[in-house]
Amino acid sequence: MELIKLILRNTLRQRLRATLTILGMAVAILAFCLLRTVVDAWYAGVSAASPNRLVTRNAVSLIFPLPISYRQKILQVAGVSQVAYANWFAGVYIDERHFFPRMAVGPETFFDLFPEFVIPQDQLKAFQKERNACIVGRKLVQKYGWKLGDTINLTGNIYPGDWQFVLRGVYSGATKTTDETQFFFRWDYLDEVLRKNMVHRSGYAGWYVVRIRNPFDSGAISQSIDALFKNSWAETLTETEKAFQMGFVAMTDAIVMAVRIVSFVVIAVILLVLANTMTMTARERMSEYAVLKTLGFGNRFLFLLISGESMTIALLGGMLGMALAFPVAHVFGKEMSTLLPVFHIHWKTLFFATTLSLAIGLLAAAFPTWRAARMRIASALSHVG
Amino acid sequence: MTENKSSLAPPPIVQVENIYKSYRRGSQEISVLRGINLAITEGNFVALMGPSGSGKTTLLNLIAGIDRPDEGRLLVAGTDITRLGELDLARWRAHHVGFVFQFYNLLPVLSGLENVELPLLLRDLTRKQRREHAMLALELVGLQDRVHHYPRELSGGQQQRVAIARAIVTDPTLIVADEPTGDLDKTSATEVLALLEQLNQEFSKTIIMVTHDPRAAEKAKEIHHLDKGVFNNN
Ligand SMILES: Nc1ncnc2c1ncn2[C@@H]1O[C@H](COP(=O)(O)OP(=O)(O)O)[C@@H](O)[C@H]1O
Ligand SMILES: [Mg+2]
Repeated sequence: MELIKLILRNTLRQRLRATLTILGMAVAILAFCLLRTVVDAWYAGVSAASPNRLVTRNAVSLIFPLPISYRQKILQVAGVSQVAYANWFAGVYIDERHFFPRMAVGPETFFDLFPEFVIPQDQLKAFQKERNACIVGRKLVQKYGWKLGDTINLTGNIYPGDWQFVLRGVYSGATKTTDETQFFFRWDYLDEVLRKNMVHRSGYAGWYVVRIRNPFDSGAISQSIDALFKNSWAETLTETEKAFQMGFVAMTDAIVMAVRIVSFVVIAVILLVLANTMTMTARERMSEYAVLKTLGFGNRFLFLLISGESMTIALLGGMLGMALAFPVAHVFGKEMSTLLPVFHIHWKTLFFATTLSLAIGLLAAAFPTWRAARMRIASALSHVG
Repeated sequence: MTENKSSLAPPPIVQVENIYKSYRRGSQEISVLRGINLAITEGNFVALMGPSGSGKTTLLNLIAGIDRPDEGRLLVAGTDITRLGELDLARWRAHHVGFVFQFYNLLPVLSGLENVELPLLLRDLTRKQRREHAMLALELVGLQDRVHHYPRELSGGQQQRVAIARAIVTDPTLIVADEPTGDLDKTSATEVLALLEQLNQEFSKTIIMVTHDPRAAEKAKEIHHLDKGVFNNN
């Protein structure tokens, strides 16, 4: 108790110095949290991937589609429980800046495979009944102020023409990490229009999503699926959903690595700043430490005294930084919602930031504690006189 | 000018036997104490005098167990403190020595009362007992009205009285004071000296005091002159 009192009073002794260090620490932890959240957001698709989903696509490139007839064949493979399919529609809403993912999906099975998209039963039924219905993520609906029954106009680019869809359902994410900015409409509607205008492009799926019974069989099942279409004119490549999602972000790995490194550089810098502050503080108090030692207090007490102060500063700064991270992330997430639709501070980030704060506090105290421990009382006291 | 008032003296509480101490400064070795012998009886009040740099503080620090001699033995209350390890020596200091410094050396973030309580944190006492002991010590030095003042709110003389309260609160075997009046005005110095004298006479505290000031030394029962590392007691 007395020790804690002493630590707190010591912390408040050089108010300006302590305040500035705490603010520095807060900024560093804020930056750390945001940078980590950016990385998390970048990999949101990867971490949302389910281990019991595989994705089958054209072996040459995702640009080339696969015949819709493949679905029945894939369903026959042992261990496969359901198969859905989708096409990347792209298109433009208002103008290019209003980006959100737009996909044509098989209406019967797609949402079965993605339980993380939570849709009210009646809305799903309405979607399955109406050819040009669409289901849209909650965030997107909020952003554009759409209401059920509204008509949404898209201009096609991969699939040219003017497209109209009626909003029949709104999905919300089962977890915070579910992307709520996607736009789904019916594959059979797309195909129907294509049959009229571009018949050679009808009858294809962009990729298949395959649900398997046992995630541990994913390797074998992937091989079986790809074997089915070996030597056909459209060979397939099947991989886990995670690997598939990873393919999208892999090319940015270097950038993500850079962001990660920067987040730790920030931490290293603040560690040096705090270590410097504590070294300065301890040097000024060396004669007090000498008095404490004279009275019989040991190095353990000095360690607790110095590291206690250091950790108090680090933790106060860390908590302030984490508290600030929420409003900042909120604004940031809103601004970046098209690029990084899932922007949430993960509890792991907070846990990590707290641990780091404590570690910084402890490490920053190491050098001054060592000096105080090594100090010889008689010479430290003679500095006073 | 050594003068022992009782001829049937009890065995000394402090026995300094053939102490040598030198410091290195760069490549130079400075011999500070060269074969010091001294015996101090229990309840004595000893003044160590001598010119600046003669080794008074060094000797006091050795007796108080905050420095170690190069050679010789230091027996305090029967313990050869030169043989104690770092931890044991710290524990020994906490139990046997009360310190009074020239510049008071109170912790500025603690009130007078809290400063006096500080050495009691190393004792097995309840908070209430600590408080009681500390209040008693502060009463003894006449500062019962200022116990919640911080050092910066006290005069030099008052701070030194708090320091004396801190030195006696553990009821030590020995009180060591290094120029306790060196930083005080005349009135405060007189008060502090009177207090030390009272501790010696009324409570039979053994006191070793380093001083420059002949008026301070007058209060002592015994005076030793140190010059160039040896006693010069003629
Ligand atoms: N820690 C130390 N390191 C080096 N030299 C010291 C140290 N402490 C004291 N000295 C030297 O030892 C001599 C005696 O010092 P000290 O005991 O403080 O003298 P006094 O208290 O009599 O003035 C001085 O020359 C001083 O410079
Ligand atoms: Mg001295």
